[in-house]
Amino acid sequence: MSATTPLDRRSFLKTGVAAGAGLVIGFYLPGRREALAASRAGEAAASGMINAWVRISPDDRVTVIVSKSEMGQGVATSMPMLLAEELECDWKKVRFEFAPAALVYFDPFFHMQGTGGSTSVRSGWVPLRQAGATAREMLIAAAAQKWSVDASECHAEDGRVVHAGTKRSATYGSLAEAAAKIPPPTNVKLKDASQFKIIGKPAKRLDTVEKTNGKAGFGIDVRRPGMLHAVVARCPVFGGKVKSFDATKAKAVPGVKDVVEISTGVAVIADNTWTALQGRKALDVEWDEGPAADVSTESMFKMFESATQKPGVNARKVGDADTAMSGAAQKIEAVYTAPYEAHATMEPMNCTADVREDSVEVWAPTQFQTPTQANAARIGGVKPEAVTVHTTFLGGGFGRRGWSDFVNEACETSKAMKAPVQVTFTREDDMQHDYYRPASYCKFTAGLDANGKIVAWQNRIACDSISNWFFPGSVKNGMDSSSVEGCSDIPYDIPNISVDYNMVSGLIPQGFWRSVGCSQNGFFRESFIDEIAAATKQDAYQFRRALLSKSPRNLGVLDLAAEKGDWGKPLPAGRFRGIAVVEAFNTYVAEVAEISVDKGDVKVHRVVVAVDLGQVVNPNIIRQQVVGGVVYGLSQALKGQITIDKGRVVQGNFDTFEVLRMNEMPAKVEVYIVPSTADPTGMGEPAVPPIAPAVANAIFAATGKRIRHIPIHSEDLA
Amino acid sequence: MPTNFILNGKPQTVDVNPDMPLLWVIRDHLNMTGTKFGCGMALCGACTVHIDGEAIRSCITPVSAIAGKRVTTIEALSANGTHPVQLAWIEIDVPQCGYCQSGQIMAAASLLTKTPHPTDEQIDDAMAGNICRCGTYDRIRTAIRRAAEIKAEGSKAEGAQLRFDEENVTVGGAE
Repeated sequence: MSATTPLDRRSFLKTGVAAGAGLVIGFYLPGRREALAASRAGEAAASGMINAWVRISPDDRVTVIVSKSEMGQGVATSMPMLLAEELECDWKKVRFEFAPAALVYFDPFFHMQGTGGSTSVRSGWVPLRQAGATAREMLIAAAAQKWSVDASECHAEDGRVVHAGTKRSATYGSLAEAAAKIPPPTNVKLKDASQFKIIGKPAKRLDTVEKTNGKAGFGIDVRRPGMLHAVVARCPVFGGKVKSFDATKAKAVPGVKDVVEISTGVAVIADNTWTALQGRKALDVEWDEGPAADVSTESMFKMFESATQKPGVNARKVGDADTAMSGAAQKIEAVYTAPYEAHATMEPMNCTADVREDSVEVWAPTQFQTPTQANAARIGGVKPEAVTVHTTFLGGGFGRRGWSDFVNEACETSKAMKAPVQVTFTREDDMQHDYYRPASYCKFTAGLDANGKIVAWQNRIACDSISNWFFPGSVKNGMDSSSVEGCSDIPYDIPNISVDYNMVSGLIPQGFWRSVGCSQNGFFRESFIDEIAAATKQDAYQFRRALLSKSPRNLGVLDLAAEKGDWGKPLPAGRFRGIAVVEAFNTYVAEVAEISVDKGDVKVHRVVVAVDLGQVVNPNIIRQQVVGGVVYGLSQALKGQITIDKGRVVQGNFDTFEVLRMNEMPAKVEVYIVPSTADPTGMGEPAVPPIAPAVANAIFAATGKRIRHIPIHSEDLA
Repeated sequence: MPTNFILNGKPQTVDVNPDMPLLWVIRDHLNMTGTKFGCGMALCGACTVHIDGEAIRSCITPVSAIAGKRVTTIEALSANGTHPVQLAWIEIDVPQCGYCQSGQIMAAASLLTKTPHPTDEQIDDAMAGNICRCGTYDRIRTAIRRAAEIKAEGSKAEGAQLRFDEENVTVGGAE
C-alpha cells in the first residue's frame, strides 16, 4: 500500500496530462543542477544563496527554503532541522521561507512540487542533509581560500569556520557570499545517527510566535493593492452547469462590482467578502443539474453492494482462499461501511490571483504548487515560468488542498476583472464542494478450522477511485491501490488470502483525506479481526500477536501499546479497552482506547499510542501529529459524516457536520515511540486509522454490540 | 451611516452597511487579518474578539451593534505578544496550523479574566465553542493552566522562551 501509493501517483504523473478536472501536468524534469540554474538564477551569490535550500545573510541568519506546505504538520521546523544538522550552524539563527514553485523543489515521490502522503521528512531526509553538508563544505572552502590554508585543516562548528592551527575563525555570515561562488562538492559524507545534535531532539516549532499574535499569513489574509473580493455561486448538484443567470439584482447591491460567469459557476465580485455574499444571495441562477441529480448516499451504497456480488480486480492473493474456504469448519461473515467525509479545514478554501497581460501571480494555501502553477499558466495564457506562486500558511490541509479548484476560480475571476481578486469559500461552499473521502462498502468472510485458526480470508471492497478523480482515465485496469490500502496489505499470517476491489465510478467528487484508504480500511480490517478473536473467545491483543510473527514492526508497536496501555490489567467499573494496529505510509501505529458508554454516549478517557516511524526527527512534532491524528480520527469515529441527497450534500456547517470539541477530548493521550535508526517515515497521517477500530472494539467489550459502520451514534448502542 | 467605536484603544469610524458583521469590517474594510473567518454562524469560534472585555463571535455581530463599544482583536491583546495567554501558548508550543488560534487565545484570555483559576471542567465549558481541527485541545488545556500561573505570578517574559523577534520571520503571502 503505502510504498506503492506514491509510486502510483508518480506513474500517473508520467502519463502527463489530465484534462477533466482542469489539471495540467506538463513539466519536463531536468537534472537538479540545471533546474537550480533555471529556477533560481536570479538570486546571485550576493544574496548569500548558497544552494536552492539555504541562504545565509551577513548577520548569520540561516534561512532554510521549505519546499513543503506548512499546514500544521510542522514541516517549517522539521525540514530546517534536517539541513541545520549538517550545516553545523546555531539553531537559534535558523529561519524558514516557503519555496517558490520551481523544478528543483519537485518531490521525488510525486515528481512534482507538492505535499502529501506523509512524505515530507521521508523525501527530504537525504537531499536536505546533503544540501546542509554541501553548504558547510563550501563555507569551509571559502574560509580556507581567504586564509590561504588547506580546507582540510579547517572545520565548521556552531555557525563558524575555524582554522585550529592559527586560531582563526570566521562567521558563516561573513563567508556566505564567497561560499556561494564555490563549485559545490559532489561527494559529501553524511553524519552517522550517533553524531546527531539536532535530529532526534525535541525542538520547538519555528512558526509558533506568529501564530499567537495574529501575524501568520494564511491564504485568506492576503491583501494586495486594488484587490477585489469574490464568492462563487456553484451548482449545488455535482457536475451541474449554469443554464442562465440574471445579475440585475446582484449588481444592484451597493459595492458589487461585477458578476461574471466562470467555468465552475457565477462569480460575484465586490469590494469586500460580505458584500459579495449579499450579491450572491440576490443573484438568480438557473442550473442544468445534470445526471447527478438522481444520486444519493443510498443509491451509491446499492451500487457498491451489487458490485461486490461479483469478483473484482484482485489486489492481494496468498495461497488459494476459495479452496481453503470451502474446507473451513466455520465461517464468519460481516459487511462494514464508511461514509463520505469532508476535510473541513478551519481555513475555508480560498486563493488570491493577479492575472496580468504577460504574467500571473498567485497567493495560494496550496498543497500542490506544480498544478497550481500549471493551471494558473493555462488560464492566464502564459508560460509556467511567467507564473509566480506564493505559498502561504495553510489553515489545515488534510489532502483537500491538493486540488486546484480554488486556484482556478481566483485566476478566472482575476482575468475577467483585470485586477487582483481573492475568491473565498464560505463554510457551506467548502463543505458542499469538497472532494470527499470515498464512502466504502467492505465484505469479509473468514474461514476457520476446527481449532479456531483462520485458514481463509476473503475480502471484497467497493468504492469510487480517488486516483480516477485526480487523474481522470488514469485507472486502466480497475485497480486503485488507495481504495484498498489497509486491507490489501493485511499483515496477519493467514495461509490463504484474497482481497478484491470493485471500482464503482460515480459522480460525487472523491479525494485524498488524511490517511487516505487506511482511514476507512483500517477500521474495517481491525474491527473484523477483533470479531474473529471474540467469536473464538480469544484475547484481542494476544490473538493479533500470534498472527504478527512475520511482521516485527507491527508486532513491536502492538506490544508497546498493550504494555503502556495496561492491557489485561483491571479497570475502574464501567471502563473498557479496545486495541488496533495499522500501518500507513510505512509508519506503524497501534492504539489502545479506554472508554465508557453511558446511555448511548461514548466517552473516550484515555488513548495510548505506540508508533514506529524509523529515525525520529522531532519528538515534539511527532507527539503533536499523533494527538492530532487521534482527534481527527475520533471526529470520523464519533461525529460527522457527509450524506448525499438529490446529488447535493446535505450538511453545510459545523452544526450538521460535527467535529470533536474540547469537552470531548480524551483526558489523556499518551505517545510512545519505538527507538529506531531506520530511515524516517512520516507522521502526518498514520495516527488516524487505528483510533476508530480501537474505540469500536472497546464498545464491543463494553456492550457486546459490534460496530460495523462509522460514525458511531448513540442509536447504534441503544 | 458611519459607525463609531473604539478599536484596539483608538477611536474608529467606519462608513459601511450597518448590517455588515464586525468580522468583515475588521478583515476586509480595515485589513486587520488576525481575526479569522471559519463558519459565519458562531459555531467555530475562529472569529472571537473582545467587546468591552467579553469574548464574542464577530462573524454574527453586526457592526451597528458595537457603536460606542470597545473592541479588542488579537493584534492588540497585548502590546507585543506578551499577554499571559500568549506567553503560555508559546511556552507549551500550542499552535499547529494556527488558523483557529487567534480565536482560542481570545476565548482563553476572556475566561481567565472572569475565572483566574479555572477547573478542567470550566476550561472545557468555556472552550467548547472553539473548534481546532489539528486537535491541539490537550495543549490548550495545559496552556490555559500555565497562563493562569503566569498571570498569578505577574511574571512577564521569563514565562516563555521567545526564540526570535517576530519581524525576523518571513511569511509567504501576507505582505
